[in-house]
Amino acid sequence: MSILEVRDLTVTFPGGIQAVRGVSYDVAQGEVLGIVGESGSGKSVTSLAIMGLLPQNAVVSGSVKLHGQELLGMDEGELTRVRGKAISMIFQDPLSAFTPVYTIGDQIAEAVRVHQKVGKDKAAKRAVELLDLVGIPHPDVRAKAFPHEFSGGMRQRAMIAMAIANDPDLLICDEPTTALDVTIQAQVLEVLKTAQAETGAGIVMITHDLGVIAGMADRVLVMYAGRPVEQGVVDDIYYRPRMPYTMGLLASIPRVDGEQDTLVPIEGNPPSPAALPPGCPFAPRCPMHIDACDDEEPPLTQIGGGRYVACIRSREIEHKGMTGADVFPVPVIPPSDVARVPREERETVLELDNLVRHYPLMKGAVFKRRVGTVHAVDGITFDIAEGETLALVGESGCGKTTTLQQIMQLTPPQSGRVVVLGKDSSKLDKAARKALRGDLQIVFQDPMAALDPRMPVGDIIAEPLRAHGRKNVPQRVAELLTLVGLAPEHAERYPQQFSGGQRQRIGIARALALEPKLIVLDEPVSALDVSIQAGVINLLEELKNRLGLSYLFVAHDLAVVRHLADRVAVMYLGRIAEIGAVENVYDRPAHPYTQALLSAIPLPDPEMERSRKRILLEGDLPSPADPPSGCRFRTRCPKFARLSEAEKRRCVDEEPSVARLARAKDHGAACHYAEEIEVITASEHQEEQ
Amino acid sequence: MRSKVVLGRLLRNRQARYGGIALLLLIALAYIGPYLGAYDWTDKDFLAFLSPPDADHWWGTTSIGQDMYAVTLRGMQKSIVIGLLVALFATGLAALVGAFAGYFGGWVDKLLMWGVDLLLVLPSFLIIAIISPRLRGASWLWFVVLLAAFAWMITSRVVRSMTLSLREREYVQAALYMGIPRWKIILRHIVPNLSSLLIIDATLNVSGAVIGEAALSFFGFGIQPPDVSLGTLIAEGARNATGYPWLFAFPAGLLVLLVLAINLIGDGLRDALDPGSNS
Ligand code: SF4
Ligand code: SF4
Repeated sequence: MSILEVRDLTVTFPGGIQAVRGVSYDVAQGEVLGIVGESGSGKSVTSLAIMGLLPQNAVVSGSVKLHGQELLGMDEGELTRVRGKAISMIFQDPLSAFTPVYTIGDQIAEAVRVHQKVGKDKAAKRAVELLDLVGIPHPDVRAKAFPHEFSGGMRQRAMIAMAIANDPDLLICDEPTTALDVTIQAQVLEVLKTAQAETGAGIVMITHDLGVIAGMADRVLVMYAGRPVEQGVVDDIYYRPRMPYTMGLLASIPRVDGEQDTLVPIEGNPPSPAALPPGCPFAPRCPMHIDACDDEEPPLTQIGGGRYVACIRSREIEHKGMTGADVFPVPVIPPSDVARVPREERETVLELDNLVRHYPLMKGAVFKRRVGTVHAVDGITFDIAEGETLALVGESGCGKTTTLQQIMQLTPPQSGRVVVLGKDSSKLDKAARKALRGDLQIVFQDPMAALDPRMPVGDIIAEPLRAHGRKNVPQRVAELLTLVGLAPEHAERYPQQFSGGQRQRIGIARALALEPKLIVLDEPVSALDVSIQAGVINLLEELKNRLGLSYLFVAHDLAVVRHLADRVAVMYLGRIAEIGAVENVYDRPAHPYTQALLSAIPLPDPEMERSRKRILLEGDLPSPADPPSGCRFRTRCPKFARLSEAEKRRCVDEEPSVARLARAKDHGAACHYAEEIEVITASEHQEEQ
Repeated sequence: MRSKVVLGRLLRNRQARYGGIALLLLIALAYIGPYLGAYDWTDKDFLAFLSPPDADHWWGTTSIGQDMYAVTLRGMQKSIVIGLLVALFATGLAALVGAFAGYFGGWVDKLLMWGVDLLLVLPSFLIIAIISPRLRGASWLWFVVLLAAFAWMITSRVVRSMTLSLREREYVQAALYMGIPRWKIILRHIVPNLSSLLIIDATLNVSGAVIGEAALSFFGFGIQPPDVSLGTLIAEGARNATGYPWLFAFPAGLLVLLVLAINLIGDGLRDALDPGSNS
């Protein structure tokens, strides 16, 4: 029996912009439907329309039936009764869902009382029960806390608690874990599964992350340009996609298990809803495009048991058993010359030696006084050889951004040394620092924020050239634009006129302008959609090989890191937990934190996801103003819990430093009891063996 | 590249084109117009005191028989120059002081803002009263400087606070990491991103200066009788605006036209500088 039936839902915004153009689906009791799509595909608008939460001027048509009862056109009062009782929604940003001035407990109790006739005490008790259910420690105490006193992960849990307060039949989750770190994401997904088991609700899970969907969903709906283009059982979609867009999407995601060599990007950008191509909306980007595709938009047609595809060539794809790599051209990336020389013989381009950066923690508005010290970076050491990519990974608050700023500033650090291309940053004078800046460049995370909106692209790229007095600026700008895959004519346009991926390319062109030796990449692809991301990753890889660059790559996405980096350093609370060659760290992580991190990353592989065993971490990152004594990770370390009292003493008293592991050449971990195990593909099954 | 692109966009902008044409016409009127009239602005027609507009005196005459047409245009010559220069100086100063204070912070900020606050609390007429005897008979450029000196402080405070947030933008950091000197970052990345505010401020300053100049003339400073300006004409005409409307209507009308033209140019410039608008 389906709980929710959506038929031919369309949403039109003023100006005739159709954000959703005919979406139909069913959700059954206890079923999880995953909706995937890139930004602008209409996936979120669809769910807002179902909840009746769109602004007044949006025109919604079609039909949305909950238990056979039509929701569209229902008057506001009745809709409010349905909302929160029969359907609840979980948003990406839980902070906006809570009123800042009431306690979390009160707000959950309120949600209970709105829809159920229970007394105040009983509602409060229920709130505590719910908080306990979603795994909030000391729920009775935490219920009295205000939303801002909760961390991001905790807030998301509280939001889930509120959403299931009235035993809803349907939960709509809109990117519920996108804003969270991986280990927290794993926790929250676990909670969602618990919540579903508890309530037996159907779930609509909207996300751009194909890994999350693979682990959660029973069925998947792929959306593109406001329409579903493929729908089916999760295994069918992942293993036997029949629509070129789905195929490309799956081939373009980097995987943390390193299953693929080169990522397959989908060229071009999604069409704007105001200017859709005449036939198939994917036609301009589709390598299988034939003339007949432009005649009319292919309808979503059924091709056997519960499979729907909107592509006129789906039968052919089915027949020939094609995959994404067959359909999309696999880019060829030239190998690097430098990499053939053994690492020890290459020049060192960057060396950090025991770098420390502490911030004073101030309090008071008028008379500031120091109340403590934030240990943002607390003694880290690593080096990067020529032609190498070192990735610095860790969750938010681990100190990776501070490290990066310290390097970029080229000023003497508080303690320790930063040596760029053999030059110590504490011994630079003004002229030498400026000269060195030419060899050290940066690409920022948010390509919109990093480009001056009031400057034409040509000026943006020319700026470093002019600042360093280079000749032939216009010619060089044209060269650089071509190098990153843009046209020289683009120089006269402003950054707004480009899509996210193109803007990031402009950022890369600017970083390359002075022919630097080392480029610092600050989360260069995390703000981009998956299909665009692949193209930028490939570009970075190609440039590195062609120009002999070295990268310091700061990221939180371990799958991207595996793809791009040669070596990886995992940071936790201002220190390095584990460092080594990518294969070593990913295949045989030795530090409990790395193990947890790697096992938390969802794989875009439903079968593996189902059998995978996760190492879940408890709690949140401790405050860097007050790191635990001894090993900083001990408050969350799953291994610590299993140690004997005597062994525990060592973790509490003695801070471990990075020690090279006996078996590998390039692999070290900062744990007293380091032990290499395999976690990415680890399953229950293996455990038994 | 930027100047070329902006200029191209400005020329294509319809508002800016109309504004520019209007301003050119007004300037032509101010400087060529007097040759077309029958009277010189110093002439006094003793046969016609306070006569309404007619074929002889196109815009009427004043209480001492001056031809309004000639007098108004004479006044406008001064006012256009003063208005434009004051706006340029005041807004430019506001932008520079605010942006430097906001970007550098620390003691630069403290010092500059201390200066701004001092100028804000000191009553301006007091200063003028002290300075004016010394400047009597000096060039009218001093007058522009003085007018501008009292018109920039509040804007510079606004600019400073906007700079504080712009300073944190990644593109400003990016410029720093490229090795671009800080003063250049301010001129190239901070000030252009404040252009909407600055342009509005400058257009307001034009009319403010024309009117403010009349107030200053009260202190026996700036434009002195028998010389005239739009400001002094409006101030005088306003007293008798109901009885002898032509004394007020013509100078005031020209001021409105001038401000309108400047506003159109300002709007066009803002659009040309703002890549978000598709003109
Ligand atoms: S209908 Fe044509 S253009 Fe559209 S996805 Fe299929 S093959 Fe590609
Ligand atoms: S040193 Fe102890 S607490 Fe730290 S990671 Fe190793 S086992 Fe865990």
